[in-house]
Amino acid sequence: MTTQNLDIKAFLDQDQKKDLLRLLTCGSVDDGKSTLIGRLMFDSKMIYEDQLSALERDSKRIGHAGDEIDYALLLDGLKAEREQGITIDVAYRYFSTAKRKFIIADTPGHEQYTRNMVTGASTANLAIVLIDARYGVITQTKRHTFIVSLLGIKHVVVAINKMDLMDFSQEVYEKIKADYESFVAQLDIPDVTFIPMSALKGDNVVEKSERMPWYKGTSVLDFLENIRIVSDRNFTDMRYPVQFVLRPDIDFRGFSAAVASGIISKGDEILVLPSYKKSVVKSIVTYDKELDQAFPPQSVTVTLADEIDISRGDMLVHPDNLPRVERHFEAMLVWMDEKPMNLSTQFYIKHTSNTTKARIDLVKYKTDVNSLEKMPVEFMQLNEIGRVVITTSKPLFFDPYKKNRQTGSFILIDPITHNTSAVGMIIDKLDSKNLASRITDVDKEKIAAGQSLIQTEDYQNKYNQKGETIWITGLHGSGKNELAFSLEKKLFDNGAVVVLIDGSSVRSGLSRELDFTPADRDENQRRVAHICKILNDQGIIAIASFISRNDSLRNQLAEIIGPNRFHLFYMDATLDYCKNNKPELYDLIEQGKTQYLPGIDLEYEVPQNAKLVFKPEENSQNIEKVLDYLAANKVFPHH
Amino acid sequence: MEYSLSNLRELEAEAIHIIREVAAEFENPVMLYSIGKDSSVMVRLAEKAFYPGKVPFPLMHIDSKWKFREMVEFRDNYAKEKGWNLIVHYNEEGYKNGIGPFTHGSKVHTDVMKTQALLAGLNKYKFDAAFGGARRDEEKSRAKERIFSFRDKFHQWDPKNQRPELWNIYNARVQKGESIRVFPISNWTELDIWQYIRLENIPIVPLYYAKERPVVEVDGNLIMVDDERMPAEMSAKAKMRKVRFRTLGCYPLTGAIESNAETIEEIVEEMMTVTVSERTTRVIDFDQEGSMEQKKREGYF
Repeated sequence: MTTQNLDIKAFLDQDQKKDLLRLLTCGSVDDGKSTLIGRLMFDSKMIYEDQLSALERDSKRIGHAGDEIDYALLLDGLKAEREQGITIDVAYRYFSTAKRKFIIADTPGHEQYTRNMVTGASTANLAIVLIDARYGVITQTKRHTFIVSLLGIKHVVVAINKMDLMDFSQEVYEKIKADYESFVAQLDIPDVTFIPMSALKGDNVVEKSERMPWYKGTSVLDFLENIRIVSDRNFTDMRYPVQFVLRPDIDFRGFSAAVASGIISKGDEILVLPSYKKSVVKSIVTYDKELDQAFPPQSVTVTLADEIDISRGDMLVHPDNLPRVERHFEAMLVWMDEKPMNLSTQFYIKHTSNTTKARIDLVKYKTDVNSLEKMPVEFMQLNEIGRVVITTSKPLFFDPYKKNRQTGSFILIDPITHNTSAVGMIIDKLDSKNLASRITDVDKEKIAAGQSLIQTEDYQNKYNQKGETIWITGLHGSGKNELAFSLEKKLFDNGAVVVLIDGSSVRSGLSRELDFTPADRDENQRRVAHICKILNDQGIIAIASFISRNDSLRNQLAEIIGPNRFHLFYMDATLDYCKNNKPELYDLIEQGKTQYLPGIDLEYEVPQNAKLVFKPEENSQNIEKVLDYLAANKVFPHH
Repeated sequence: MEYSLSNLRELEAEAIHIIREVAAEFENPVMLYSIGKDSSVMVRLAEKAFYPGKVPFPLMHIDSKWKFREMVEFRDNYAKEKGWNLIVHYNEEGYKNGIGPFTHGSKVHTDVMKTQALLAGLNKYKFDAAFGGARRDEEKSRAKERIFSFRDKFHQWDPKNQRPELWNIYNARVQKGESIRVFPISNWTELDIWQYIRLENIPIVPLYYAKERPVVEVDGNLIMVDDERMPAEMSAKAKMRKVRFRTLGCYPLTGAIESNAETIEEIVEEMMTVTVSERTTRVIDFDQEGSMEQKKREGYF
């Protein structure tokens, strides 16, 4: 670039106005990816002379490109990588043209580096997918495109490279284009552009090639310089995740944040999450001047008209446009850690400026990155991508990732190693009725472990009973508790060692943080099942009285306790009987003041495998039936 | 209204977000201040991040005792004017023992007076996060550096074991004794820095501007005679030449370039015509291939 005839001040004035495009390059060294990047940088005159002379020296010693300059050497930073001849991390490259500044995230293309590519893609506005014209659309192309679409990149340039080796044939180009188009149709990428080129020879990289007159489009660089990306940001849904509370003196109280999306204006009415308190934006402060409006990705400080308690992790939004405020959601997760997923880990979840604890409830499936097939798995490992259900301890304020990259993304941090174990993109909140049970196979394994020094027989002889669980299921108000309490008394009087566990005692202490959503109901019973197991292990009879709404849950409770020790009894009462017997909750739900009551707005499945079925009206006979049953099964008395 | 930011304003917003994130997540952060132009930009960004409040963490300068005199003077005046909480730390024992580049060579000097002094300074004040002004475009091994770069108890950096960094969500969790180096201007290029200094009118050390200065040619590098500690047989060869510095460090280890650039505009103009990347004027880089990576593993930036 010569500046001799250029007024340097004018140049700088113009230069400081140019914008920034972040892009990702997908492909491997064999596809000519490094050559393309090297040439973009070289041909746009930003490779400094001394770097070039160092390069010539390096090329002769360890280069892979014969006598020609190996552009890849310019790029591969770390020593170990240079020796292996592959890039194994994410490297960021910078170059500018008269129109734009570019940041290239350069990541390796092999499957074992999926996580690196995901990392590079997370900040990119555009992706260049390289295809070797000799091989066309291959597995790798599909994998890369899938990741690009997963991370929500809206613009893809399909660079069909090495056209020089295919005689610059239009037929080859059209075939690859058609193949790619038919594949990409199933993914969510709104803007795809095809450019035939030769990175090595420079065709259609910076200058339009004369050797492909049939191609009417632009060169790669020309395209990158002119594509409009501003409109990709979400300017609709105002989300202001408070990052820092600024309180330099008693007169000033500001809330600093990077605007995540939407536009916040002076005078706007805002609502604070999670307190739902309202106020008005008094000023938008920056070092340079006060602003009337702030938009993403600006970092500003907002003051409010009212004194409300706001801390880091809270979010300001417009009252008529709320994000989801939820503890349960589904997400696409990418596993980044060498250590495989463990479903019993309590992770830290970092989402915008908010950090809380999270648990992965369930892996619905993993997606094979090569075939895009969905496969059932129990847990995920390094580089795997899957759909999961997550529950957090505090609600998150989020939007689906597709609508909002800023408020739809999160990371999971291992509580012990503090590694970033996984990263996720939120699909949406989960309809609570479909929440998965939190009783997992991992629990089953845990149950198998742990053994007492006292033998089961020792307990049985001492107490003259078998430590087993009587689990009574039935609708709310069906008379389960009446049976449970009378049974406890009767067994106690007859000399048995027995413990009764009922909902209210557990809810008041052990499970007091849980609510009555289906997931939390299930979690509550999972805990009860574990108590029953402990009691039974020590020879004690447990009586548990819970609605336990379906077979899937009941079977999992049986798994925890041990199927042979689990005796399921069903209290078969009509809904009318229940409503008469205990009307309070039924009234509330009819008035719309509560929800999630099995038999009303949640399905109650009549158990198929109950050992005994009772009618509530027959309570005294019911006790006799149970005692007979226990004796017949040698539960009590044992001898 | 077009809701778009220029490259510089976008980089500025990103840096402010990073700086605030560290202030919010760490108990005891520090900003390493080298007096150089990148540091000056970083400090301005910190001032912006907390305006109208003060920067809520101290600045620390690791003084190798061989910095240009003009740098030290600039540092002291500017810190006083701005009311910074500035810590100046140096290796007392190394200083007493007279460690210096002329007598002990660049390797020993850098290790004792820079790397060790830095680690001792970080340990002394138990900082759990340290901002640095490094940029990814400076050197090949830095292209892969994270913005939040994890360091173990011994301040070591393991290039094979870096935390993934996605979107603008930074993992700030460390165990006691571990720390994070944070590079808020990672994505800035040298041109961005100059543009920003110009746009924001940020004061910089006058050594960046061309002036007649006494220099000696050593292995192709122009070394300025800054004080009497330069061996007499060396300083005897000094000649006045119009030079300036593209980077600033210890004077015996920092080569000048011949230049007529007396304003930022002229510096940028020169930068775009005389295309030599900036780190070549730092003598320490010539030691061995991948030497910057080596230093980073040992704890130096």
